[in-house]
Amino acid sequence: MPEPILQIENLDAHYGDFQALYGLSAHLDQGEVVAMIGANGAGKTTLMRSVAGLLRNRPEAIRWKGQAIGRLRADQVAALGIALVPEGRLLFPSLSVEENLIIGGQIGRRGPWSLDSVYRLFPVLKERRHQQSTSLSGGQQQMVAIGRALMANPELILMDEISLGLAPVIIRQIYDALPGIVGEGMAALIVEQDIAKALSVTRRVYCLQEGRVALQGASASLSREEISRAYFGM
Amino acid sequence: MDWANAVIQGTLLGGLYALFAAGLSLIFGVMRLVNIAHGDLIVLAAYLGLTVSTALGLHPLAALALVVPAMFAIGYALQRVILNRTMGGDILPPLLVTFGLSIILQNGLLTVYSADPQKLQAGGLETASISAGGLTVGVLPLIVFVTAVAIIGGLQWMFYRTALGRAFRATSDRQDVAQLMGLNRAHVFGLAMGLSLAVTAVAGIFLGVRTSFDPAVGGSRLIFGFEAVIIGGLGNLWGTLAGGIILGVSQAIGGQIHPGLQLLAGHIVFLVILAVRPRGLFPKMED
Repeated sequence: MPEPILQIENLDAHYGDFQALYGLSAHLDQGEVVAMIGANGAGKTTLMRSVAGLLRNRPEAIRWKGQAIGRLRADQVAALGIALVPEGRLLFPSLSVEENLIIGGQIGRRGPWSLDSVYRLFPVLKERRHQQSTSLSGGQQQMVAIGRALMANPELILMDEISLGLAPVIIRQIYDALPGIVGEGMAALIVEQDIAKALSVTRRVYCLQEGRVALQGASASLSREEISRAYFGM
Repeated sequence: MDWANAVIQGTLLGGLYALFAAGLSLIFGVMRLVNIAHGDLIVLAAYLGLTVSTALGLHPLAALALVVPAMFAIGYALQRVILNRTMGGDILPPLLVTFGLSIILQNGLLTVYSADPQKLQAGGLETASISAGGLTVGVLPLIVFVTAVAIIGGLQWMFYRTALGRAFRATSDRQDVAQLMGLNRAHVFGLAMGLSLAVTAVAGIFLGVRTSFDPAVGGSRLIFGFEAVIIGGLGNLWGTLAGGIILGVSQAIGGQIHPGLQLLAGHIVFLVILAVRPRGLFPKMED
């Protein structure tokens, strides 16, 4: 069995005095797509922010290809090939759609993703490329946020609630694009509220509850009862 | 004719005020930092120009080739070593630290250069003039004005057309997301302050060529710079140029009415604009 590319081991994370994660352990293999589910406040976003370097942790708590990265800054983590699609999209309002994409790619990592390939994935963005990013619909903004992360040609993409607040038809459109994204050998860690959606696109799943892993396993093998027990703690 | 002359001289003076203001406008736009030491840094640049031009026997404008990179380096180091530690949600700590820096700079300059007024000697350039249609315009004020327009145009181009400008705008929008794009905020802020002080270097040398200066004159340059920025609208560079010109013309017209009214007229126009348009004449569209 090859060593996982991302190894989270005994991670405690805090916001000020509030502890959000308690000794959390998880891992991702090369090219693997994994879901992270759990109720609001379970620590999913905290975990994503920790891996991306927006929250600083004990160096050994997060390892990337064996290297301890828990204490690196977000720009250093990004350079290693980990990209985050943040919850709420968080586009740059002063930048046009195309500038938002370009700035995602300026880290200079080589790979299959470029303006052209992002526009092929989401053709609507090409039509809107000179518009202010905030003038787009929610779904289109989410496409920009995903495209911006892809432009860095990451080896691991972290997607935090990419369906939040979007119409079901748009959500389907975005998830339909997912195989084209991870097909290139990219690993993905997906935080998702829609459990059925999360299970259908991933191989494995972790269920968080109050900052701890309450359940994990192959996405296809877990029963609804197991999941709702882990989800709600009942 | 006297009034037309006052407007023209005031416009040219406004170019200098716009140079005082451009650096302030830039760093406020990128990192919401209000630099109280800005005026004293202008004076520091004038003294560096004095040292360079007397030690090497250079024309003050040629000294720019050394003073501009020196001020850039000072700005970058100042931001990385001191000011970045004060940045955060609260605007008060950087305000207080730059206030302290202002006092340190004034006293440092006093110790090194004494309180005697100094001037940068630019030779024949200081008195050269062009006459047309009964109006006479000094060559030096004209150079200052054209330089100011060119620098502001250059900054505007940099801001909206280059990778550095994109990084500045992105960091200004959302610091932590910019960090996710591989932009180290500490470095981006350092570059912004370096650029701000590079512009300040030009402003300082022009100041020293136009008038005499001593270690205490930074405060009023800071006020003129602030007034130009606020008249023009925060974060808008062309607005800052317009603000500088409005301030310069107001002062010139005030001086035409009565010599004692010159500075007062500028402040009154500033206060009136602040009262009528609190966000300046040309505020940025989005916020």
